[in-house]
Amino acid sequence: MKIFNVKKEIIENKKVSADCYKMTFESKEIACRVKPGQFLHIKCSDTYDPLLRRPISIHSIKNNVIGILYKVVGRGTGLLSKKTSGDPIDVIGPLGNGFDYQLLANCQLPILVGGGIGIAPLYFLAQRLTEQCSNITVLIGASNKCNILCIDEFKKLDCKVKVSTDDGSDGINGTVVDLLKKELVPENSKLKTQNLKLKIFTCGPVPMLRQVHQLVSKYNVSSQVSLERQMACGIGACMGCTIKTQNHPESLRDKTQNYKQVCKDGPVFDIKEIVWEDI
Amino acid sequence: MKHISLDINIAGIKMKNPVIAASGTFGYGLEYSQLIDINFFGAIVTKTITLEPRIGNPQPRIVEVASGMLNSIGLQNPGAKVFIEEKLPKLKGYGVPIIANISGSKEAEFVKLADLLKDMGLSGLELNISCPNVEHAGLFAQDADTTYKLVRKVRKVTSLPLIVKLTPNVTDITLIARASEDAGADAISLINTLIGMSIDIQTKMPKLANVIGGLSGPAVKPVALRMVYEVSKKVRIPVIGMGGIMTSEDSIEFLLAGASAVAIGTANFVNPNTCCEIIEGIKTYMKANSFNKISDITGKLK
Repeated sequence: MKIFNVKKEIIENKKVSADCYKMTFESKEIACRVKPGQFLHIKCSDTYDPLLRRPISIHSIKNNVIGILYKVVGRGTGLLSKKTSGDPIDVIGPLGNGFDYQLLANCQLPILVGGGIGIAPLYFLAQRLTEQCSNITVLIGASNKCNILCIDEFKKLDCKVKVSTDDGSDGINGTVVDLLKKELVPENSKLKTQNLKLKIFTCGPVPMLRQVHQLVSKYNVSSQVSLERQMACGIGACMGCTIKTQNHPESLRDKTQNYKQVCKDGPVFDIKEIVWEDI
Repeated sequence: MKHISLDINIAGIKMKNPVIAASGTFGYGLEYSQLIDINFFGAIVTKTITLEPRIGNPQPRIVEVASGMLNSIGLQNPGAKVFIEEKLPKLKGYGVPIIANISGSKEAEFVKLADLLKDMGLSGLELNISCPNVEHAGLFAQDADTTYKLVRKVRKVTSLPLIVKLTPNVTDITLIARASEDAGADAISLINTLIGMSIDIQTKMPKLANVIGGLSGPAVKPVALRMVYEVSKKVRIPVIGMGGIMTSEDSIEFLLAGASAVAIGTANFVNPNTCCEIIEGIKTYMKANSFNKISDITGKLK
């Protein structure tokens, strides 16, 4: 797969919540090849400090305009948030393996489960899913009402949106896993009679993803998860971002087969593939 | 005006320029081939391989620090068999010399691996006797006698150009360099990473699962440069300089200090185009200073 290092001008970089920003820039090279779930490796500083790029998922594609939605968590993303329209941006992408979002015609319903900034890659996924499905459910979890992201954007795509907040200031008082539980339990029998199957796509903090894993394992629902890890190269060269995965058939011969690289083999994995106790 | 040539010959390895992809940062070359033309490099040193596969260290393995990064990868690699059967055939398809970096926890492993790789079409071997992220009683390259014995044994089994990669975590690196030369090394490469650590004051835990790791990036450059300067005065074999090189100016500093070639590591992560930019920068510098060949720069520190 071809990967590009492009230097572009920022179209817009605006604050969308207390600590989240949305940035857009145009790149035909990346936009016409990228798949939901893939990410970009972005240079945040022109100096050597901070040195490394930051891996950030792709949030939206409209024509050739790429959108990223990111949270300021440290100095790198802090510097990124200070950039304004017209400033240059140095980006490598598209990187990694995205979601496998091909649905079985008429018999698979997608549920998108995003916790906090984990909602970011799921919007691009919803954009692409609307091409094959009109019945998308999106579950959004946030700490409070002010931190709920993308609700209007998902509604514009005609997604069925449900919200949870930790403090109950909007939607149900609880977590996005509570929302998912409700989707799975009562629907289960109905889905069975209609011969429908759910397909879950999730991204969020690790404790949340662990709970999603427990839940979907119980109901045996096909699920894909997008993971986040600190990275150096972002391209599969440095082995900095490995995670432990379930026993590979070849692992007796080569135990490194039980370790995958989030940057190259991921960031999207089948939820069953991950050894969750190890993360 | 005379023709400017960037060609070099290090220990019999012919390179079209003195810019080498450093081990550990460039995988097996194939990863970066999706993004850049890897033929631009003078040579590629592959990520360390060991006789048997290694799973490496626990996560987190990397942490960013001021103008650099710490890593404790722990030599994760698929082992010699996969390297020979899967990686090497693809790599050899490129028109660039391939140098395999090898390591082991025992002397015998180095010898066996060097023997296995002697007729595989490689351009050379780099002995990683200086990785800070593996467990054994001290690094081979922290003791001159141990280094001498190991290099001597490897020398006996291979006629490939032999580069010995040294650690900066020693009191006098020139002693280790001399021991390598005396044992039959064809070139010295330095520096491997400097041992360091970083602490999360909120959790009160080390940021690396392995507690300590190897520091690389611009932060180490002055140390690396000083060591290249010291070593190149004490050995007759060529020195490949590395450690925090980000630009052509950095590279030229290493050449002036006595390096015959330079290797680019951490910079590849930040700017995959670093190599090409350095080559262009060196050419421009040579023109401006009326240098015709790389050896005109090497060791010309006033």
